Amino acid sequence: MNVLSDTWSWLTTATHWSGPDGIWNRLGEHLFLTVVCLLISCLIALPVALVLGHLGKGGALAVNISNIGRAVPTFAVLVLLLLTPVGTYGQWPTIIALVLFAVPPLLTNAYVGMREVDRDVVRAARGMGMTGRQMLWSVELPLALPLILTGVRIAAVQLVATATLAALAGGGGLGRIITAGFNLASTPQVVAGAILVAVFALLVESLFEAGQRMAPGRGREAA
Amino acid sequence: MPPWPGWNGRVTAPPDDCLARNEWICGAYLSSRREILMDAALQHLQLTALAVLIGLALAVPLALAARRWRWAAGPVLGLTTILYTIPSLAMFSLLLPVYGLSAALVVTGLVLYSLTLLVRNILAGLRAVPEETRQAARGMGYGPLRLLLAVELPLVLPAAMAGLRIATVSAVSLVTVGAIVGYGGLGNLIYSGMNTYFKAQVLTASVLCVVIAVAADLLLLGAQRLLTPWTRRQT
Repeated sequence: MNVLSDTWSWLTTATHWSGPDGIWNRLGEHLFLTVVCLLISCLIALPVALVLGHLGKGGALAVNISNIGRAVPTFAVLVLLLLTPVGTYGQWPTIIALVLFAVPPLLTNAYVGMREVDRDVVRAARGMGMTGRQMLWSVELPLALPLILTGVRIAAVQLVATATLAALAGGGGLGRIITAGFNLASTPQVVAGAILVAVFALLVESLFEAGQRMAPGRGREAA
Repeated sequence: MPPWPGWNGRVTAPPDDCLARNEWICGAYLSSRREILMDAALQHLQLTALAVLIGLALAVPLALAARRWRWAAGPVLGLTTILYTIPSLAMFSLLLPVYGLSAALVVTGLVLYSLTLLVRNILAGLRAVPEETRQAARGMGYGPLRLLLAVELPLVLPAAMAGLRIATVSAVSLVTVGAIVGYGGLGNLIYSGMNTYFKAQVLTASVLCVVIAVAADLLLLGAQRLLTPWTRRQT
């Protein structure tokens, strides 16, 4: 109980919210990292997955990349990048690591979504004289959308988690509150930071889940 | 006046090996730090194995309960999903007031993560057992326990083993985060290597992590093949 009340008083202290180490600033950093890296990862992964899925090629790669992403420790990649020449360029090691771990779920889910489109529907579209481009945009993509959005949701949650870990390797974001708490041996601060991170992650998850429900067309049925 | 006591006026050249040059790949590191590496890898394996085994011991009854009572399925799946969404660093930090800086903290955090993967897979496997199979077993006079052990368990094994493999590989990678409380196995070496800018140590420990993950995955795959010989015949 003592820890809870100490954590509460840490969270309700106004000075902990303002300034460069304050919660608002760390939250902003976390949000910025998550959004920017999600956009970059989508721009990298989705076109590749859509084209590969449309052509039906590279399936082994698209599916196995998720397993590889799971086996490689995020923390190790963050530290390795920090020690390479990239590490001297401010936030870049963090951004690269974040993108590396957000790409696999995006790629795998979008690829599987494209391949799971009913082959009869695709054949019918071809029979109607659609070109490959038309089939991709107006048949396969809408039907694959539920799984693509699932991939985006998993990637977003993964990004929040990776951005938290980045604090261990000197990056910004809410994780900094936790690592600073460990350095100060202040359990209330560690727990307060953890609560902020957990709430942020759950908010992101539920936001994307709501987005998925509101997605047009088949999204609702398949979800 | 000598710059330091015992200075003899000569400068000995620093050793010019890969450790002194701080290279990424360094054989001298491997030979001189073998014991540290072995200890860290051993701790890594212990933490992973303990967490996955406890997770499995908890996941089986939870999955059975979620199937037995329909109302239990929603809360069990919902709760494990929430736990899985919480980032690892935050999860370990939330457990700090309960366990302090201890190995139990890391193990508990990992158990909570593996629970999600295991419960989901075991429950999916249980639900995929055809009702006809169950009825046929009942018709042959199988009691509930014998039905579970002799009919359902073998049918659930492939799905359960798939979950176990994912849970184990994830646990191997997540143990590294335990470095924040000093119980991260190879993660400890990565953490200290980061602080001292020791490239060989960081790379060696990272590679070992991946090797352990892949080895554990292959081991479980082999176990699965041995346990379910009937699935091999079709492929």
